Amino acid sequence: MASLIAGGVDCDVHPAVPHLTSLLPYLNDYWRDQVTTRGMVDLISQSYPQNSPITARPDWRPESGKPGESLADMQRHVLDPFQLSHAICNPLYGVQMVFSEDLQAAFCRALNEWLAKEWLDRDPRLRGSIVIPTQSIEKAVAEIERCAQDRRFVQVLMLVMGDTPLGKRALWPIYEAAERLELPIGVHAGSAYHNPPTAVGWGSYHIEDYVGQAQAFQTQLTSLIVEGVFARYPRLKMVMLESGVSWISPFLWRLHKFWRGVRMETPWVDRAPLDIVRSNIRFSLQPFDAPPDEATLIRLFDHMQSDELVLFSTDYPHWQFDGQDALPAGLTPDLVRKIMSDNPHATYPRLT
Amino acid sequence: MNIQFRESSEAASPLTVKTAIADCDIHPARATRAELYPYLAKRWQHHLEVYGVHAYQGMMEGPPYPKAQPNASRRDAYPPEGGPQGSSLSFMRKQLLDPNNVQLGVLNPLNTGQGIRNHELSAALCSAINDWQIDKWTSKDKRLKASIVVGNEDGPSAAAEIRERAGDKNFVQVLLLSRNVEPLGQRRYWPIYQAAEEAGLPVGVHAFGFGGNPITPSGWPSYYIEEMVGHSQCQQSALASLVLEGVFERFPKLKMVMIEAGFGWAPSLAWRLDKVWQRLRSEVPHVKRPPSEYIRERVWYTTQPMEDPERREDLFDVIKWIGWDRLLFATDYPHWDYDEPSRVLPAGVGEADREAFYLGNAKKLYGMP
Repeated sequence: MASLIAGGVDCDVHPAVPHLTSLLPYLNDYWRDQVTTRGMVDLISQSYPQNSPITARPDWRPESGKPGESLADMQRHVLDPFQLSHAICNPLYGVQMVFSEDLQAAFCRALNEWLAKEWLDRDPRLRGSIVIPTQSIEKAVAEIERCAQDRRFVQVLMLVMGDTPLGKRALWPIYEAAERLELPIGVHAGSAYHNPPTAVGWGSYHIEDYVGQAQAFQTQLTSLIVEGVFARYPRLKMVMLESGVSWISPFLWRLHKFWRGVRMETPWVDRAPLDIVRSNIRFSLQPFDAPPDEATLIRLFDHMQSDELVLFSTDYPHWQFDGQDALPAGLTPDLVRKIMSDNPHATYPRLT
Repeated sequence: MNIQFRESSEAASPLTVKTAIADCDIHPARATRAELYPYLAKRWQHHLEVYGVHAYQGMMEGPPYPKAQPNASRRDAYPPEGGPQGSSLSFMRKQLLDPNNVQLGVLNPLNTGQGIRNHELSAALCSAINDWQIDKWTSKDKRLKASIVVGNEDGPSAAAEIRERAGDKNFVQVLLLSRNVEPLGQRRYWPIYQAAEEAGLPVGVHAFGFGGNPITPSGWPSYYIEEMVGHSQCQQSALASLVLEGVFERFPKLKMVMIEAGFGWAPSLAWRLDKVWQRLRSEVPHVKRPPSEYIRERVWYTTQPMEDPERREDLFDVIKWIGWDRLLFATDYPHWDYDEPSRVLPAGVGEADREAFYLGNAKKLYGMP
């Protein structure tokens, strides 16, 4: 494995909300009453069943409670041993599955306040992502503007599978706010389950949903690029989180070919998709979905023709690698520095 | 790809006889709607006139995403005698088969009886299309071979259609589309795989189709380019389903051909499946081996539309990871994104690999002498 360097940035860690009741202190009287009198249960998405091997590395799994719910564990498992300067917290609590925009907005606000108080306040290395209620674009923008006043929030978080493709114009006020406030949009694996989790319907298995995340990221990149998001918001960065990386180049070769063929359909796409990705899109390192041999890794990174696309991540507490082997074998020291430090800092302007 | 507005391809006839090739994705079209009626019961002719096909999408005529060209086809491919592109055997010979020295052409009819909500009508239309393929095409030109089109959502009737055609040398594969009501590994489709395996025929999965699902896992996109690029994602999900439902374990001689979705995605999908399977195999104990092994042994890919890297030789890495023995050259004639046989491969391919790519793999898979 390549050697880690001190002072790196982990762009994808997952603090867990212990239970819906943990958010009660951050809800107003009305919503606190709604949660309790209606008997609402914990919002755990089937994207990450609590006991699934993917959801927590065996040695990162606590004896009780949810993986990732303890700050002390996160410090002991990743912040300290990986000698991180920063880690960006991406809560995967299942608020995106909620259909009511009012309830979703209340939960998102509570979740963001919970993150600030229970995590960001307690370790200066931690940074946060703003979880937004996408059932209402207006409420989502308001939540971004509210949280953005706290500079420790460095990104807006969305799921790769929501109600509509991410390039759709209705979502653009979110992107306008994000660009204006120097917040990249982080697009994380997972589904609101408002659509079947594959483009060909509902599969039978959890493993199928997880494999399918990569295809969801691919369709979202197409949507974001061809709808013209980056023509309208050229300074906006988007980070594909827990997306996998080995599919990037062949996917772009295909998109590029069709763009050349039918660009008359989307004339506002005034740059080649390959160039748009190189300037505006980034990908987190884990899960690194390539075989563990150096020759293949060297070819994959060479295909990308850029050393700026990939950002370091452990995906804590998800089980993507063992021990300290977060970096696949074959990365040069230069590339390690880019991935662990230079690229994250170039992507997140608020990361100071 | 080909979007130039050319006057005619007739002048492009070769100076010397070209090396023989197989074209594993040719789309034959009907000249008129009524061309199929001789093969359909009166009841269904009437039904089509009154109610249409009643597909798993809303348009009575034409596709939900307008194509880049009329009928998604080359503007220079209209037959001189009239009718849509791909509807004339004599013009197909002149424009495709003869100048390219196509020794084996595999027909994959689209807009047939697949993706239709009335499953009885679906079966009738598919059977009619199969008769029509013999009468209009394969009986008239021995280079052409047909695909058994089956009513995809009704496993038992699809299996019956396959059994009826089994042993008929006009047919070399069973044809499905990638987008169905459920992912293709699901049990409702198993009778199709069982019948295909018994008949010794590979199952081709061609891009397109409608099954009522949004064509991305995040809902309906806006543009034709999204549908086109998205075919490779649909194909990946369909193949993942086939592997993870244990179809390759249950039907150990079954071979699948992924048609018109490119192939660059295949190594990454196999790596991802392997990595996740290591973690989650207790959920799918019927998947006994690493998924990449099933894919390596049992899956073929037609080449068009070939991925197009800036540095074309990058494609060789991907082909090496897949295996030169698993690619089947295809033009997609008469569609607009046709791949020109003389231009698809970058320089530097060895003679044996080149021959396998253009002809040998197809002859072996489809059992041609």
